[in-house]
Amino acid sequence: MKSEQSQEQAVTVAVTAETSLRPCSFTGRMKTAAAELSARQILKLTLLALGLIIWYPVYGRLAPFSLWITHDIFRIAPNTHLGDAVSFFFLDIPKVFMLLALVIFGVGIIRSFFTPERTRDILAGKREVLGDVLAALLGVVTPFCSCSAVPLFIGFVEAGIPIGVTFAFLISAPMVNEIALVLLFGLFGWRIALIYLSMGLLIAMTTGWIIGRLNMERQVEDWVYEIRMGQTPALLQNLTWMSRIDYGLHQVREIVGKVWIYIILGIGAGAAIHGYVPEGFLAALMGRQAWWSVPVAVILGAPLYSNAAGIIPVVQALLAKGAALGTVLAFMMSIIGISFPECVILRKVLKPRLIAVFIGVVTVGIIIVGFIFNAIM
Amino acid sequence: MKKLQVLGPGCPKCLELARRTEEAAKAAGGDYEVEKVSDLGKIMAFGVLMTPALVVDGEVKVVGQVPSVEEIRKMIA
Repeated sequence: MKSEQSQEQAVTVAVTAETSLRPCSFTGRMKTAAAELSARQILKLTLLALGLIIWYPVYGRLAPFSLWITHDIFRIAPNTHLGDAVSFFFLDIPKVFMLLALVIFGVGIIRSFFTPERTRDILAGKREVLGDVLAALLGVVTPFCSCSAVPLFIGFVEAGIPIGVTFAFLISAPMVNEIALVLLFGLFGWRIALIYLSMGLLIAMTTGWIIGRLNMERQVEDWVYEIRMGQTPALLQNLTWMSRIDYGLHQVREIVGKVWIYIILGIGAGAAIHGYVPEGFLAALMGRQAWWSVPVAVILGAPLYSNAAGIIPVVQALLAKGAALGTVLAFMMSIIGISFPECVILRKVLKPRLIAVFIGVVTVGIIIVGFIFNAIM
Repeated sequence: MKKLQVLGPGCPKCLELARRTEEAAKAAGGDYEVEKVSDLGKIMAFGVLMTPALVVDGEVKVVGQVPSVEEIRKMIA
């Protein structure tokens, strides 16, 4: 029994670890890799390749497809309220789901290279400013869920990473969200997606830098410094390409499975607004002239918490009604970036003063971004 | 007897992993002991930065993911 078990373990190790025994040349490596694949894996890879090849041609034909459904299948006349709403719905639904699947898969592959363990090793021993920049960037690509905030925080502190750098990571990870990025890109174009990405990074970097300046080390609960971390588990050290692809597919299934209903509801609401609500409806309340709307939006958004998929349709609705972009982005960032449940979780390791500083600095940062946007757009 | 430990402070994902692990252990029919570990010091001692995690006889098998019951069954076999 015992020997059987260890034999099986040895086999798994041989399959999962990229050992140095492999041939060095590219073709040689490909041959070894191909020999290790099972029939099922080959089928999976073929289907995946096929899917990737037809993705773009299909994506490019979504607009005529939505018009065809609306006018030919449902027989709704063009240029009516109902026609606008229905064609909008059938354009956005496949568009968002196709983008979501592609991007989550791509991000999943990238993320399989950036485990939190590796991120920690990269950040350990970096000076503050460089550390803040790197931490914010790594926050985007490292897989992270807010329930892991505490173990991650302890792990970073234990590795000697400065508090400010740790915060740059903790802020960037939820704030720059790949689902939000996809939806912004799909619904509003690359410019707004890029702005969202760079502003999120900027807030994370500067907030990390400011918290680092404030010497908050004593504001971490004392027991955190006493914890001793174990060695990094062996399974995380080496992954094959096959397991990276599986990880990416797994992520697609998990995330799409979780958010699809919000996306459909949200796009439905967006479609109704697109067809029926007059433009400029909210201009007076949330337009560029109403400067006070930025802080109000951020303060209203801070205690609210929603995942990105649920919030983007609201963003779309607000923009369509004439709200200013800066105000809406600030509202969105404060909902995604400042989450009450995460603060409760972090309270285990942080003293109240540091939590207050964290919330305060991020809030001010988002308000400033909102103002900058409204001024330049 | 094999010892299965589910590491996690109690988030929805951790509870789901614990549930699936118990189900997998039942389906496998062997002699298993399932333990939920929520103490942070103990979790960190396994070198795990992301929860939930599954440990089989002291060896970390899953980090930051919730595999299917079938996958867990293979890991604990």
